[in-house]
Amino acid sequence: MDKESIEVFINSLTHFYRQVGVGEVSVGVPYLLDSKSPVVFDFTGIIGISGKRRGCVYYTCPKAMLTHILTSMGERDVSSAHLCDVVGEIANTIAGNARKAFGADFLISVPVVVQGEPERIHMPDNTRSVVIPTRWKNYQSIIVVALE
Amino acid sequence: MKRLMIVDDSLIIRRRIKRAHGLEDFSVVGTAADGEQAVSLARQTDPDLITIDLTMPNMDGIEAIPILASICPNARILVVSALADKATAIKALSRGAHGFLCKPFTDQELHSALTELASD
Repeated sequence: MDKESIEVFINSLTHFYRQVGVGEVSVGVPYLLDSKSPVVFDFTGIIGISGKRRGCVYYTCPKAMLTHILTSMGERDVSSAHLCDVVGEIANTIAGNARKAFGADFLISVPVVVQGEPERIHMPDNTRSVVIPTRWKNYQSIIVVALE
Repeated sequence: MKRLMIVDDSLIIRRRIKRAHGLEDFSVVGTAADGEQAVSLARQTDPDLITIDLTMPNMDGIEAIPILASICPNARILVVSALADKATAIKALSRGAHGFLCKPFTDQELHSALTELASD
């Protein structure tokens, strides 16, 4: 994946944080994932990609971070259902906004949210995943992009 | 007061729209989590304004928009979606939507979009 494509996903995420009014997110240096085992935190929102590109995009973060995001958005209910909902919505926004650059043939699925173990994340066999590390306040989270 | 129906598979987004600042002139008559629920709810509530997401399970927004437009021909439909490409916006408008607001949105952007549609 080229630098411009990676920047599309970075810009989508930074735009999300800015627009929902919870402050700035900083982005670290992206790197290639060495293994086929997905890296995950407590909650993961996964978007399947089909059409012109194939693969998946996921956003994963720790429970404490999602709880903090929800309360910063004015939500009082920080149940697991709401944490799943917000991580799915962030993943949906990252992938959906990427269509501005990739076009309407960049087809995205509805979000699938995984809590804990990553059994349901199937990475494409013939591509290496790019990990984009991010930091919001003191929390680390990552975007993983695996596209053929 | 304009009667507003909110359609989005995300509960967080439904709640965010419902309690957005500046929407005191809108009365939320119902919320739906997908297109199928929206069609059923529209028949019951006859809203003046509908916000609708596009990427949803069961029946997506693109499929639901023309049905909603036929059930509530006077309702104004605002698409609120993360799908940021122009072709999708044009497709939604051609199927009966009246406006398009890209996620993520601010309260001000939502208020402006709804107020503009309500005053058409």
